[in-house]
Amino acid sequence: MIPTEFDYKRATSLDEAIQLLSSSSEAKLLAGGHSLIPLMKLRLSEPETLVDIGRIPDIKGIREREGKIGIGAGTTHHEVETSDLLREKAPVVADCAGEIGDPQVRNRGTLGGSLAHADPAADYPAVMLAIDAEFHIKGGNGWRTVKASDFFQDMFTVDLADDEIIVNAMFDPIQSASYAKLHQRASHYAIIGVAAALGVENGLIQWARLGLTGAIGYAVRMPNVEEALIGKQPEQDTIDAAAGIAGDGLEDINSDLHASAEYRRAMIKVFTRRALEGAVARL
Amino acid sequence: MTAAERPILPKLVGERIKRREDPRLITGHATYVDDLKLPGLLHLAFKRSDSAHGVIKNIDTSAAEQMPGVELVMTGKQLAEILGPMPIGTPFPSPDHYAIATDRVRYVGEPVAVVVAADRYLARDAADAIEVDIEELPAVVDPEKAMQGEPAAVHEGFENNLAVPYVPGGTGVDPATMEVDNSALDKAFAEADVNISQRMTNQRLAPNAMEPRGVVAHWEPGKEQITIWSGTQNPHILKTMIAAQLGVGQHQVRAIAPEVGGGFGCKINIYGEEYTAAAISRKLGAPVKWIEDRSEAFMATTHGRDILAYVDLAAKRDGTVTALKLRLIADVGAYNMLLTAAVPTLTMLMLNGTYDIPVVRAELTEVFTNKTPTDAYRGAGRPEATYFVERAFDMLAHELGMDPADVRRKNFIKKDAFPYTTQMGAIYDSGDYETALDRALQNAGWEQLKQERDQARAEGRIVGLGLAYYVEVCGLGPSASLPTGGWEHAGVTIERDGRITATTGSSPHGQGNETTFAQMLAEQFGVAFDDVTILHGDTGVVKQGIGTFGSRSQAVGGTVLMNAGEKVKKKMAKFAAAMLDANEDDLVFENGMISVKGSPGSGKTFAEVASFAYVPVPLPPGVEPGLSDEAFWEPENNTYPFGCHIVMMEIDRETGEPRLTKVVAVDDAGTIINPMIVDGQIHGGLAQGIGQAMIEEVVYDEDGQLVTGSFMDYAIPRADDLPWFEMDNTVTTTPVNPMGAKGVGEAGTLGSTPAVVNAAVDALSPFGVKHVDMMLRPEKLWRLMQGGGA
Ligand SMILES: Cc1cc2nc3c(=O)[nH]c(=O)nc-3n(C[C@H](O)[C@H](O)[C@H](O)COP(=O)(O)OP(=O)(O)OC[C@H]3O[C@@H](n4cnc5c(N)ncnc54)[C@H](O)[C@@H]3O)c2cc1C
Repeated sequence: MIPTEFDYKRATSLDEAIQLLSSSSEAKLLAGGHSLIPLMKLRLSEPETLVDIGRIPDIKGIREREGKIGIGAGTTHHEVETSDLLREKAPVVADCAGEIGDPQVRNRGTLGGSLAHADPAADYPAVMLAIDAEFHIKGGNGWRTVKASDFFQDMFTVDLADDEIIVNAMFDPIQSASYAKLHQRASHYAIIGVAAALGVENGLIQWARLGLTGAIGYAVRMPNVEEALIGKQPEQDTIDAAAGIAGDGLEDINSDLHASAEYRRAMIKVFTRRALEGAVARL
Repeated sequence: MTAAERPILPKLVGERIKRREDPRLITGHATYVDDLKLPGLLHLAFKRSDSAHGVIKNIDTSAAEQMPGVELVMTGKQLAEILGPMPIGTPFPSPDHYAIATDRVRYVGEPVAVVVAADRYLARDAADAIEVDIEELPAVVDPEKAMQGEPAAVHEGFENNLAVPYVPGGTGVDPATMEVDNSALDKAFAEADVNISQRMTNQRLAPNAMEPRGVVAHWEPGKEQITIWSGTQNPHILKTMIAAQLGVGQHQVRAIAPEVGGGFGCKINIYGEEYTAAAISRKLGAPVKWIEDRSEAFMATTHGRDILAYVDLAAKRDGTVTALKLRLIADVGAYNMLLTAAVPTLTMLMLNGTYDIPVVRAELTEVFTNKTPTDAYRGAGRPEATYFVERAFDMLAHELGMDPADVRRKNFIKKDAFPYTTQMGAIYDSGDYETALDRALQNAGWEQLKQERDQARAEGRIVGLGLAYYVEVCGLGPSASLPTGGWEHAGVTIERDGRITATTGSSPHGQGNETTFAQMLAEQFGVAFDDVTILHGDTGVVKQGIGTFGSRSQAVGGTVLMNAGEKVKKKMAKFAAAMLDANEDDLVFENGMISVKGSPGSGKTFAEVASFAYVPVPLPPGVEPGLSDEAFWEPENNTYPFGCHIVMMEIDRETGEPRLTKVVAVDDAGTIINPMIVDGQIHGGLAQGIGQAMIEEVVYDEDGQLVTGSFMDYAIPRADDLPWFEMDNTVTTTPVNPMGAKGVGEAGTLGSTPAVVNAAVDALSPFGVKHVDMMLRPEKLWRLMQGGGA
């Protein structure tokens, strides 16, 4: 890698990282480096200072507290994939992490980096939408909390100020959720990825949340599919009908070398169905 | 230790000896070009064109020149004052190609200027600071349109962008006059029961050696000599070319290929960056280094394949193929490199496949486009031929409703027909195609697989079986077939302590010759494997050589090594005979001893005889002191290994994603020195061949921009893309060399690619699909299942 010249600083605490971020010019956080370094290599990103947050203990690890699950932003995809707690309490999150890239990527890349970078084809955003996660963020002005549904705003654009750090993602334990993904064979990013989460009571679907990635510039919910599910029995007919309208009305579908917009549209339906089937199987 | 107590040395040739190269390679102790450090080393960075085609109006280097640490900035025009256009190795007329573009750019990634700076980062910063003003010209991207002169001319003086306008070959073509007689061809097609006609493409690939290219050049003004380290497959060719380009004698050049991390053919060519480094080192009197980064490798290292064919096949209803005709159009990119123009001629040469086809005709045209130049890529011309022939045979099988294995068997050149001269002029040395076919069918459980496929189909699953047969041309090959000469060189020295040091002109870069060659020599001298060292890759150490390509190391390099060994062994026998007071013809070399036949305990140790040879008191009559000799050797013919690959594929009905569920390979490379290394070569070849079929493709857009410029968009096969490979081999020796070894470096890529596509077409046949071009992009397969065209 031959990037432009930069300063490297390693933060040992969250506050030090925030302080370094606001006091250095053109500073960027460095977590796993698996989105940032490829950009620096191509000189598409030319930060003057890198603030390494890779060794801050406060932002690592997976915990359950007061009935909520929290994943530190610095937790690697591999740690998420292999977490017993997540496997037990929110298996969809572990599944999703296991579908990211390849072992090298999973051993370095972090949740926070993935969320902050917000690649249009990243996996976590879809799942975070479906499990209705909220992100705890700390910056020069202190703490704030942002819901996943408000966080992803556009391609590579999220609700995050220059001096802010994502500290963790919090969500309720959930069983009946699943993630289905069509892999792009070169990068293994999602051509289409759908996360589905369902709540069923008295034999009827009470609520449904579907997160979609890869389809447009950023991850979105699919309200039409959710509405089509609510009040219905979690059966194949329901799933098929709901999946059949997935993506309808969505505009500016991505089109690239790997998949045309037409193909992506068709795959939104296929992977919505697969995700719903997976969620129902976990009821 | 008395003679009787000495351990019995194990047999070596034919054994699975672990590669002695591997410990250093996998523990980070190998020295690649980028590991070299010289005092005062300067670093190069190239400014490259972002445009596919355009006129260089202006290059502003002033900002770059003023950056601290920058020693020199040169544009193409300035460099051209000290470095002429680059030579090529083929006889076709060729446009001037400067190491750095002088007036026009013709592909994205073509160098337009070079920076020399104190470190690599500065050099890159300075290259970025160079401003290039290019007036865009329309990009020539589609080779068939280019042949009609559209939309522009890549080179002046090459009408309709024809790099090689027309080369006919095969039945009815007089090789001397190139006159063409179509009567046999026309008759065969007129009388055929079945005609198959299909346009097929063999897409462009990026070789992607694990180690990108790199060079260090060090001109020493005091000595008037240059040493050039380069990640090359052929240091001796590099030496010759550098000398010619610098205008110095070959005695002034030493070329070294240190550890080389793979080549796959793309490191045969001698590149502009190597010439530039040499010229600049001489100009500055300082050592310079250039290391390619991966992004550069995608656009500036030669690409492979990229040839399309209009294939016509004529057959009788019983499956007998009566004629094959191919109109070949090769998209060679923007320039002719060392072997660019020759690679498609190898496709022509191999169009008879393994079949006794009485009429075979090919017509080849090569076309310039605004893309990275092509050159050899693993298989170089032969996978293309195999693909076209094997796809056509499969289409015939489907058309006739015959088992694809039966169509092939029906047309095979019979075992007793060798040597067999093909319609394309190749003389196949030896072959037993039925045995390998039977073995592959048996290993795969072919009949069972067919049932499984039919069963799966009945369940609505999309499952297909693919079989392909190949023959390769290897062991290149008499001097008439190569501009460099087709020989190899070896030297063998017995050191004073009895250790053996040998040199080979082959230049392995992943093939494991340090192991196989040591196995051979150790067995030849009856000494321990660990006592033999193979040196290679340094023209200062290895006196002469050609290099490693065309699966030639074992067949040619291995043979000459044995020959050199034999000379030294004869001489050593003379010393031993004197010491033992025996007849030199009565001696046996085994278990580290040289002894008189019939009395193994009575001999001298190998080391004792070696030591005596260097202090020979008294000197035996008619013998010179010392134990060292060398040999040159060239084969009379190439070798023609062959084999059969079978795959099973399932395609996801909803997404079009193809997945291989079975891969069976039976390869015949002749005599095998080390089965583990042969397995490894086949393994890698299969992976690359499958990669071509399924996931690899270089894509340019209509403006000539490279879309697949990184591993984010260009896939190479990883473990999870591939199933377990079930491998086996038959052994049909070649009469061309005394060991009977044919070559195996490229074979894996030949059969696997068409086998995979055959499986895909078989799977999709219920949808009326007769052919699909590579790569097997899921969307493409999905569309075929939707009833639309690919
Ligand atoms: C070959 C390859 C394949 C991949 N495949 C996939 C895939 O299949 N699916 C997928 O989802 N992703 C994939 N990725 C991306 C991978 O998941 C990245 O690791 C992830 O997107 C970024 O995480 P990181 O820790 O590496 O972040 P970095 O690269 O270090 O940082 C990325 C950005 O986030 C910022 N940042 C990092 N941490 C924080 C934080 N805590 N708070 C605020 N900002 C922060 C950085 O400043 C930077 O701007 C792939 C990457 C590669 C290289």
